[in-house]
Amino acid sequence: MRPILLKGHERSLTQVKFNREGDLIFSCAKDSVASVWYAINGERLGTFEGHQGTIWSIDVDKFTQYAVTGSADFSIKLWDVQTGQNVYTWKTKTPVRRVEFAPSGDKILAVLDGVMGYPGSVTVYEIPRDTQSHQLHQEPSEEPLFNILTHEGFDMAAVASWSFQDQYIAVGHKDGRVSKYDGATGEFIDALELHTQSVSDIQFSPDGTYFITSSRDSDAKLVDIETLEVLKTYETDCPLNSACITPLKQYVILGGGQDAKDVTTTSSREGKFEARLYHKIFQDEIGRVKGHFGPLNYVAVSPQGTSYASGGEDGFVRLHHFDKSYFDFKYDVEKSAEAQKHMQELESSA
Amino acid sequence: MAAASVEDIKLEDIPVDDIDFSDLENQFQVDSEVNFENFVVVDGAPVAPEAKVPMLSKVLGKLFSQAGKVVDINLPIDEDKKCTKGYLFVEFESAASAKKAIRLLNGKKLDVKHRLLVNSLNDVEKYGSDDFESEFREPKLPEFQPTDYLKSWLQDEQGRDQFVLQKGELTGVFWNRNTQQPDNAVEPRTNWSNTTVKFSPRGTYLFSFHNQGVASWGGKSFERLRRYFHPNTKALAVSPTEKYLVTLSPDPISVPEDAPADFPFGPESNGHQLCVWDIATGVSVKTFALPPNQSLHWPMIKWSFDDRYCARLGPNALAVYDAENNFELLGGKILKIENIMDFSFAPAGVKLAVNRNNDLSSVLAYWTPESNNQSCKATIMEIPTRRVLRTVNLVQVSDVTLHWQKQAEYLCVKVDRHSKSKKTFFTNLEICKLTEKDVPVDKVEMKDLAIKFAWEPTGQRFVTISRTESVDDNPAIPKNVVTFFAPEQKEKAAKDDIKKWKAFATVTDKFSNTISWSPAGRFVVVATLVTPDQRKADFDFYDLDFTGEKTDNTSTDVAAKLKAVAHPDFYGATDLRWDPSGRFVAIWSSAVKHKLENGYKVFTVAGQVVREEMIEAFKNFVWRPRPESLLTNGEKKKVRKNLKEWSAQFEELDAMQADSAMRELILLRRSLFEEWNNYRDEITDSMQHEYGYQIFDQIEFSTADEDFEVVEEIKEEILEEKEEQIDSFDEPATSE
Repeated sequence: MRPILLKGHERSLTQVKFNREGDLIFSCAKDSVASVWYAINGERLGTFEGHQGTIWSIDVDKFTQYAVTGSADFSIKLWDVQTGQNVYTWKTKTPVRRVEFAPSGDKILAVLDGVMGYPGSVTVYEIPRDTQSHQLHQEPSEEPLFNILTHEGFDMAAVASWSFQDQYIAVGHKDGRVSKYDGATGEFIDALELHTQSVSDIQFSPDGTYFITSSRDSDAKLVDIETLEVLKTYETDCPLNSACITPLKQYVILGGGQDAKDVTTTSSREGKFEARLYHKIFQDEIGRVKGHFGPLNYVAVSPQGTSYASGGEDGFVRLHHFDKSYFDFKYDVEKSAEAQKHMQELESSA
Repeated sequence: MAAASVEDIKLEDIPVDDIDFSDLENQFQVDSEVNFENFVVVDGAPVAPEAKVPMLSKVLGKLFSQAGKVVDINLPIDEDKKCTKGYLFVEFESAASAKKAIRLLNGKKLDVKHRLLVNSLNDVEKYGSDDFESEFREPKLPEFQPTDYLKSWLQDEQGRDQFVLQKGELTGVFWNRNTQQPDNAVEPRTNWSNTTVKFSPRGTYLFSFHNQGVASWGGKSFERLRRYFHPNTKALAVSPTEKYLVTLSPDPISVPEDAPADFPFGPESNGHQLCVWDIATGVSVKTFALPPNQSLHWPMIKWSFDDRYCARLGPNALAVYDAENNFELLGGKILKIENIMDFSFAPAGVKLAVNRNNDLSSVLAYWTPESNNQSCKATIMEIPTRRVLRTVNLVQVSDVTLHWQKQAEYLCVKVDRHSKSKKTFFTNLEICKLTEKDVPVDKVEMKDLAIKFAWEPTGQRFVTISRTESVDDNPAIPKNVVTFFAPEQKEKAAKDDIKKWKAFATVTDKFSNTISWSPAGRFVVVATLVTPDQRKADFDFYDLDFTGEKTDNTSTDVAAKLKAVAHPDFYGATDLRWDPSGRFVAIWSSAVKHKLENGYKVFTVAGQVVREEMIEAFKNFVWRPRPESLLTNGEKKKVRKNLKEWSAQFEELDAMQADSAMRELILLRRSLFEEWNNYRDEITDSMQHEYGYQIFDQIEFSTADEDFEVVEEIKEEILEEKEEQIDSFDEPATSE
């Protein structure tokens, strides 16, 4: 697997995203400029310029029409992907840690830091779109649709993500909890003490029915959104910053590494700056991808499951197109199950 | 003296011991000389007037003296009618003569009206008495003894094969577990058999040799099923469908006078040495005397493919018996064939071109040598019609052997011929195509003498080992030639083209003495096994359908691609046998034949050792055969098509067998995998139900759905440009 290095950011990457077709990569870093890249060859398509500080988060809607960024400069910006123009800006009370489009594209959520007396919140804004062209048909409202203030007794939210059909919002807290809210009203539904340290990432499965969390406590967990039941646990030996579920193959990719502040005192080998592939069902580690010389801040896999990108503290995005062995690898159990299924199909068709 | 009354006489007072009984004893003494066994009763004699009695008794006396010396003839006479009563008593000198008379004369026709009925006096007494029950009583059938399911080993989940190992006095049956220590199928037993053990051709029964005869074993735990009483049995053979067992003993059967009721042989078997048994019931169905002055070739009874007919070789004759008709001679008589040397049945039913409705015929072949006015002949004959299908005439023949292909599509008559001077020998192969009209024959002429010949069991190819006899016969120089034959493949094969065989590869300078094909075909091992005049064993594994590029073929227009795939070492090997599935070859060194390197090795078709064990006093290795596959050709084809799917499943099984930790892991993974699939199935249902949401595992995305524009950019970069003026081509630059 020969990676493509996306060099363009001057500082640490904070988030990397694929669009729905998997042909574009959106990345943001601490250098206040977000970038869009061709996934096929790593060429930069353009940048979103306008923020004044670190961009903590970026997301693109399912039509690849608008992108949204959340920044430490107390603002959320909506961008036209095609032109790179800033379409709208929401002012926030505190820095924005996470932004994400709802699967429908009609709403965004933003995770606001709990600082300066603000308790922290997950705030949802509406994107008023034309049902046909999906264009904004009016200026978005400055006021949020609803505001989920940090639940009493919980630490503030670190990450959040939408489930299938905008049904729920799953929120990961600094104290390791994961809580669940109604996606339409923001009503609290349930919570779960999942990790012992801060939840660093939440990413849903392609269909949005279960999600993976990563945590600084070195574990990643697979959780069902309906029941909040822990399905799988992946144990590693280093703090994790990000985790994603691969489509096509039954794997998960985990990324992390030594704390940023310790990086200067450890060599890259000891820092464990590797992306790790685990089998989603069997929970075994099947491989590692080396390359970054700082912790991996974010891992994202293309919706088609043919490539993945990691954004590192070292300022690079490494884009990997999986090679044949990745697709061919199967456990004996999977092979024989597949074979049996195939034969059954043959029999039923005969 | 007062008269004593009867009451007064006391028994105690009588001096019994003093009384002399000798007069009474004399009077009633039975003349021990009179033996009733010497008498016969004759019914059905003519009723003659008194005057003719001397005449009649003279005639009858003469008749009965055929059986032995007649002591007396008693013709009772009816006093009223003045004529004989039609019956008489004959006294012989010995009981043996009386028996002979019964055997000879019972049912004898004196003339049209008179038929003599001869019975022993004892019998008349016995059957005529009132005590004798004349009502029919059904004989008591022995109670049914259930046995284990005899084919249980075929139900092994992993489809493993069994084999028997014998070392010293110990015999055990094991499961073949590939690279691992074989599993006991049963606990090894001591003295299970006096010598070797033998499986029936489909593997249902295991036979062991004992002083008293043979025993059959079977079922899951190898219980004893039947005993076949034939003392000192030296050889046994089982018919192809496992119905009959043939045993041979050098000791002639002797039936004792007072044979117990369960004695297997009747008096007619006295002196016979060859016995046919019904395996399932343990009943002797037929016994044979050995033909006099003939060299013995085992098996002495050969069977047709369906066990319907069996035949044996006699002097100048072939005797064919119908097994379904009480082993009577076919057509009531033997087949007279002058000088018949050898014969064999086709190992399968033959679909002759003349047969309708896909009927299968039993076919046998035999050969007769050259005689004064006749050439050597090989004849193919259909049974029971005795229709000769084909005769092959041969001249200058020294020997002939018959080689049937396993499916009986072809018969190869291997003819060893000599030149007129009888100094050089060479072989012709006459290949008869039985399924074609008129049984055409293709002749392959070899330049040297073929000593071994073997058909591919499922195909049309064969391998020979041949040798050129020469004067300087140094046994240390290898000079055997291994030759591979296959039908010629023409580019434009016309339909009615006669199939021709062609040698497509040869390997020279070998000591090889054994050819062993995989039962599944394709792979063959040509080996040199240790024999009294061969010290070092040697093995060559060949693949005849090699898929790689470089083959060992010398010609390409044949349906074969030869490649020598392996050459493993096992210098002390004395025997070699493929397992019934054709996946493994067992090669072993038996202490009975060779003293060094005793033990066995199991190889894959590619010649890799999967298992080896060196065992002191190792004697024998026997694979348990399997019945023919029940799959039709179509089903087999389907399996071949889905080989990848099948092999995936078997690989998992193999991995599980490899060690128990792996097994645990695989089982755990299986349950995890199933658990996950169940979870996803549940979610599918609940999502559909509650939200009308269809879940998925990846975003389906095809380029056909969307409007895509493929933009190709070609970038040309000029790295360097240089202009140079060349004045002339004539002057080379070096001339300066």
